[in-house]
Amino acid sequence: MRFMIIVKATPDSEAGRFPPNPEPLFQAMATYHEELARAGALLDASGLQPSSKGWRVQYEGDRRTIVDGPFTETKELIAGYTLIQTRTRDEALEWSRRFPNPVGEGVACHIEVRQLFELEDFDGIVQEDTKKRFEKIDLQ
Amino acid sequence: MEARTHQAIAAVWRIESARIVAVVARMVRDLGVAEDLAQDALVAALEHWPREGLPDNPAAWLMTAAKRRALDHLRRSQMQEGKHEAIAHDLQAREALVVPDFVDALDEARQDEIGDDLLRLIFTACHPVLSMDARAALTLKLLGGLTTHEIARAYLVPEPTIAQRIVRAKRALADARVPYETPRGEELGRRLASVLEVIYLVFNEGYTATAGDDWMRPELAQEALRLARMLAEVAPAEPEVHGLAALLELQSSRLAARTDAQGRPILLADQDRGRWDPLLIRRGLAALEKAEALGGAHGVYALQAAIAACHARARRSEDTDWRRIASLYATLGGVAPSPVVELNRAVAVGMAEGPAAGLAIVDRLRELPALRRYQWLPSVRGDLLAKLGRDDEARTEFLRAAELAGNGRERELLLERARSL
Repeated sequence: MRFMIIVKATPDSEAGRFPPNPEPLFQAMATYHEELARAGALLDASGLQPSSKGWRVQYEGDRRTIVDGPFTETKELIAGYTLIQTRTRDEALEWSRRFPNPVGEGVACHIEVRQLFELEDFDGIVQEDTKKRFEKIDLQ
Repeated sequence: MEARTHQAIAAVWRIESARIVAVVARMVRDLGVAEDLAQDALVAALEHWPREGLPDNPAAWLMTAAKRRALDHLRRSQMQEGKHEAIAHDLQAREALVVPDFVDALDEARQDEIGDDLLRLIFTACHPVLSMDARAALTLKLLGGLTTHEIARAYLVPEPTIAQRIVRAKRALADARVPYETPRGEELGRRLASVLEVIYLVFNEGYTATAGDDWMRPELAQEALRLARMLAEVAPAEPEVHGLAALLELQSSRLAARTDAQGRPILLADQDRGRWDPLLIRRGLAALEKAEALGGAHGVYALQAAIAACHARARRSEDTDWRRIASLYATLGGVAPSPVVELNRAVAVGMAEGPAAGLAIVDRLRELPALRRYQWLPSVRGDLLAKLGRDDEARTEFLRAAELAGNGRERELLLERARSL
């Protein structure tokens, strides 16, 4: 089973600022991800650039409007993710518990963990033909 | 609440057990003893945690508890005349006795060397003095943190069989006085091959079950993939380690496409390629690149991975580069000659140059004793004959293949092909 550990944005991450003394945090993150990899549990991980470099597409009736970042509701924004694969949900829980505080130890914040859908999860929800079309899309 | 804690303990154990056993084994220099001591630490956790709640750092708690038991053990053995000599030469063990914090201090200094501990553990678990079955069971137990019950279930054998296999394996290692260390020099290549072989066998047992009614036992395949990923991290300089990781990632990418809703196998050509897992394909291709960059393009696993990559890159079955696959099989046959590789080459040649060319190769293999009971020989031959319109001969071959198949699903598929002609 696969889980995504989602790191939320902060005013700092949105400003493209690193914490004043970033080294311990980077070290902790490196150690954590090394341990994940050494346990064969790490699939992918990346940080995301501030929303000021991104944009949104707004749907209104038939119209689509591009809205450039930055966006203000920081807590709803994502600053990075770590994708893991574990044998049980509890293992994922345990790994997430060890995730270094992404804004530096001692500062209040939270990360979020979500399980990924597998193809089988769509059985009976999406029509078989439609599902096939999704499956045909080359995601590489 | 208690059940919740037990689940949490099980999860921590699965994540940590290999490392704990590895560190303790370095201290006591005996795999069997190390596993027992680590188990004692687990039992202590099962006693304390439900009452007192999970510690802030459960991993460190377990590790400390296990190390404490290891030190007690060393003290006890030191008092016994006979064992004294055995550990006397071991400076680390002696220091640990005098300065109880020595091991912690050492580990602190060698944070980067946790990989070394894991390597020693896997090299020992896969030692050539052990039978293949014993190596696989010990590896799943020690490196995978699987319980005897889980291993037995995965292999469809009674639990006492696995328990006994593991006990005997540990005794065999002790009897042979296998040093607890990572081999060096020439020995390294030979021993690494054994480790890779064990992981590959576990994978294959899960990927195409050789016995029983299920075509696949995914948990074994997934555990092997995890071990291969782990090994790629702790032995990153070894090209074949990446070759194996690449092969298993690429094969695993097809897991969801290999059976239909009823659990019946689907052949590669008929698989819905949309069900192939793009993330695993990407990881597999990246691992293959690493193997090749390290000069390992002609490794046995890297070559097989390169063949799997040809399939992974083909968006439709008809886009497959069979010429390249045939040539990769020819190279593989040169590196590691085997009639099975030759049979696979026949399939590729049959696709690249037509069924007659493939059949010519298969016919040369028919007399080989090694393939006499190999169901894929008549199966491949049947397929080529059918393509040549020689239906009666093809049917005979499929029936023969079905007779030889050990797996129920596989047999069904072959019988169906015979009927369809």
